[in-house]
Amino acid sequence: MKNLKKWWLFLAIAALDLSGWIWNPDLALAAGKSSMDFLLEIAGILPPVLILLGLFDAWVPRKLVEDHIGPESGFKGAFLSIMLGSLAAGPLFAAFPVALSLQKKGARIGNIAIFLGAWAAIKVPMILLEASYLGLRFSLLRTGLSIVGILASGWIVERLVPQPGGTA
Amino acid sequence: MTLPTILWGLAGIGTLISSLRDRKRTIQALKTSLKSFRGLLPVLMGMVALIGLILAALPPSLITKVFQMHSLAGYALVALVGTVITLPGPVAFPLAGTLLKHGAEFGLLATFITTLTMVGTVTAPAEIAHFGKRFTLVRQVVSLVLAISIGMIMAVLL
Repeated sequence: MKNLKKWWLFLAIAALDLSGWIWNPDLALAAGKSSMDFLLEIAGILPPVLILLGLFDAWVPRKLVEDHIGPESGFKGAFLSIMLGSLAAGPLFAAFPVALSLQKKGARIGNIAIFLGAWAAIKVPMILLEASYLGLRFSLLRTGLSIVGILASGWIVERLVPQPGGTA
Repeated sequence: MTLPTILWGLAGIGTLISSLRDRKRTIQALKTSLKSFRGLLPVLMGMVALIGLILAALPPSLITKVFQMHSLAGYALVALVGTVITLPGPVAFPLAGTLLKHGAEFGLLATFITTLTMVGTVTAPAEIAHFGKRFTLVRQVVSLVLAISIGMIMAVLL
């Protein structure tokens, strides 16, 4: 049941397409066709990217870096947070538990924001994926600007959000 | 050589090297990959179906028009859509690629991608549960401003 719930969007649209078949077969057919095109395109690219992300996740030691992004870490800590976030696999909500454990081990709050931003927006294998759809120039430029922006957001969070002592 | 060939090649070589060094860890890594694939699949299929229907039902000129609105309102609109929906990169990029083919502008696409991946009303409750309201609000608002700025800068540079 829980699994079925995750499929709601697909099921809803499939039902819409099927019912559309009755009063507008052309539209339903076109919808099915453009969905298939999109799916085939993804099939060639997504699985290998996920394999690469899994390998990154397995080979980049988390524990090692956890010690290096604490309160005294400064710019080096911020840099490490970016690296750490951009090398991990999984969607953003998978990053929250990891970031929380980093925070509990003493990572500063700004670095947590940097880590989450990097996890969401920067991924090394994902640059390939982005470049394949939008061009290498677009991908590199967006990544570069994101790094600057994410560092800035860490700085702002550091100043506006109190370092959790008793709150966390 | 096409991109899927390169990517599959890299994944194959990576898996090979990894399994030569540590078999168990490689199996673990591939399990992680499979798990993220399974997790992505429902969202992905939903997106695929939705995009198919949207592209078939709406005239391309209309979608293109939204992604060509070269004004603050255009950026705000695109950022709003990207904020409400949260998509992981593997789904966001193919979507952006499709929009690009239909004539979307680079700057608006950059804003769209950045909000899709970094800002999320869907993931906000989880973020609040872990780090509190204040952290979540500050991070998301800053990311939103960041997304719009990145888009505008890229529109000038590309």
